[in-house]
Amino acid sequence: MDSILPAVGTADTAPLGPGQLRELYSLMAAVRYLDTSAVAWQRQGIIPGYAPELGQEAAQVGSAYALDTARDFAFPTYREMGVARAMGVDMVAYMSTHKATWHGGMYNPPASRLAPIQAVVAGSVLHAVGWAHGQTLSGEQGVALSYFGDGASSQGDVHEAMNFAAVMKAPVVFFIQNNGWAISVPTERQVAGGSVAARAAGYDIPGIQVDGNDVVAVYEATRNAFAHCRQGNGPVVVEAMTYRRGPHSTADDPGRYRSLDNERIDAGVDPLERFRKRLLAEGEADEAFFAAAHDAARAEEEAIRIGIEALGPRPGNEMFDFVFQETTPVLENQATRWREESEHV
Amino acid sequence: MSESTATLEARAPMEARLTQLSMQQALNRALDEVLSTDPKTLVFGEDCGQLGGVFRITDGLQTKHGDTRVFDTPLAESGILGMSVGLAMAGFHPIPEVQFDGFAYPAINQIVCQIARMNYRSRGTLPMPITLRVPSFGGIRAPEHHGESLEALFAHVPGLKVVSPSDPHDAYHLLKYAASRPDPVIFMEPKSRYWQKGDVDTADGGSLTGARVVRPGRHLTLVAWGAMVARCLQVAELAAEDGIDVEVLDLRWLKPIDAATLATSVGKTRRAVVVHEAPLTSGLGAEVAQLITQSCFDTLKAPVERVTGFDVPYPSGDLEDEYIPNIDRILLGIQRVLEYRRG
Repeated sequence: MDSILPAVGTADTAPLGPGQLRELYSLMAAVRYLDTSAVAWQRQGIIPGYAPELGQEAAQVGSAYALDTARDFAFPTYREMGVARAMGVDMVAYMSTHKATWHGGMYNPPASRLAPIQAVVAGSVLHAVGWAHGQTLSGEQGVALSYFGDGASSQGDVHEAMNFAAVMKAPVVFFIQNNGWAISVPTERQVAGGSVAARAAGYDIPGIQVDGNDVVAVYEATRNAFAHCRQGNGPVVVEAMTYRRGPHSTADDPGRYRSLDNERIDAGVDPLERFRKRLLAEGEADEAFFAAAHDAARAEEEAIRIGIEALGPRPGNEMFDFVFQETTPVLENQATRWREESEHV
Repeated sequence: MSESTATLEARAPMEARLTQLSMQQALNRALDEVLSTDPKTLVFGEDCGQLGGVFRITDGLQTKHGDTRVFDTPLAESGILGMSVGLAMAGFHPIPEVQFDGFAYPAINQIVCQIARMNYRSRGTLPMPITLRVPSFGGIRAPEHHGESLEALFAHVPGLKVVSPSDPHDAYHLLKYAASRPDPVIFMEPKSRYWQKGDVDTADGGSLTGARVVRPGRHLTLVAWGAMVARCLQVAELAAEDGIDVEVLDLRWLKPIDAATLATSVGKTRRAVVVHEAPLTSGLGAEVAQLITQSCFDTLKAPVERVTGFDVPYPSGDLEDEYIPNIDRILLGIQRVLEYRRG
């Protein structure tokens, strides 16, 4: 898919090397296995719920691969498992939010450079802008990567975020995964103006659309956007056109709002299969590599499942411990009362 | 050198540290000092820069501290508060301003879902040292959404702390204190008191963490905060003419509430009236009354009385004197408590 607005940045456009291409494939395979397994875990009662991302592996892995975790920071919503995996986040800690262990996940956001998972989908877009402005104030080179979807783009916070970022020239990449559906509502009933990227023009922000099922195209678009930000040119909007092949969540029934035929036609080519064929055709990888990548993904998924199953409930006092940095007498009294009235001493 | 000598030398002479300031000047000075001492502090909001804010609380701060430390934002409250979250995550100490109480409503999502929860959500790894200044309450005949009392709404949200100063001295010290804390504090400034002057001891703020008895008395405790403290002091003067000795308790912290000081005061006077501008139903007066009941049930001589605004949208200027608890209504509240007889 062509960009609808001029490409941005003058980044080093050196093509990805063979090792990097294979790494991208391995990451996508790991994400695919973990994603499909998580749905199975829900069916098996191992976790109470999950938000699948089948079909979005290229958008997530490709964009996150452009991050420099030594200086950048990513702001997810709740369907960014592939981003977390590509960033090297502890995946048991990440999946613990779906195990209902702790809202936001058990990973360490400052250390991992991934903000906590959250459900108010446009809320974090403004956080990304604030964090990015902080980079400007500190004279640092970090870029904020803000993930949100076509549904979140309807919320006012996204518009405020784009306006703030443009006014302040904040180094933030607004990365939209347009997966065609905001639960049951299709993009054409969600996004006025043709696309989310088109809105960027209204804020004088460069906006590009990219084929979200092409991991290399996504990586290159995001990398260019990062370069644009690092040069002090302000924000960029990147809209990755992809497709949510599965349900919105394990509680969703997509059969109520789309047919399997629609799904087959609209989803296009599977991003993982597509990339496999490309690597084969270009001689960058062979069947032995794919078999090894899939074995590794399966082993990783298995280790994560064991880790998830081993997660016990958190000690109840944490409910009180993390409300404030400095607790209050009222909260201490409530914690004392809770201890006295429960057996969780 | 003995400890007492060291303490004496460390203290400035009384005349140097005692000064007369309006609350506006006290808040301005506090922000100036915080900006000077904490390089991570940022002051921003609508018109906070060159204009110095519509109430001039940030007057001159941009000129002195530069436009990266003190700056204007676009007119979008959710944006201001959402940006504060990101700045806090980046290690800054934001002191954002919402221009008027009623304009906090468009930012409620960011305040409740984000600022109040990020420390919890991140298991303490992303503190939110944000001091949100909100010019609050009525009494200045302003347009709609310029006279709201949001304390119960804020106080109900887990993860927020709420404070309201009632005089210049407390305004100066409580703002500096709030800005130095690692948790989010909603700082409710009584805008009708901005121009009232009072003594400010810049060197000694005293205890800043709890409630404060601003006038001792024997017969009854008036509990108030913000602009209502000054009115209750007036009421106490008038009541004294009738031989009624009223104690006035400035609650100051609306979350967490200082239940111990409340219990001590009402335990002594055995009668209490809570006075607030906010509507009656589910107002903070109910919380205060329950805390008093819990600690003083056996000694109370009458049920705790409430004198408050009404369950109506904050009215136009022509009607606000009817809405805000006035001297007569507070005196009648006192009378009801004093004349109460067990059935």
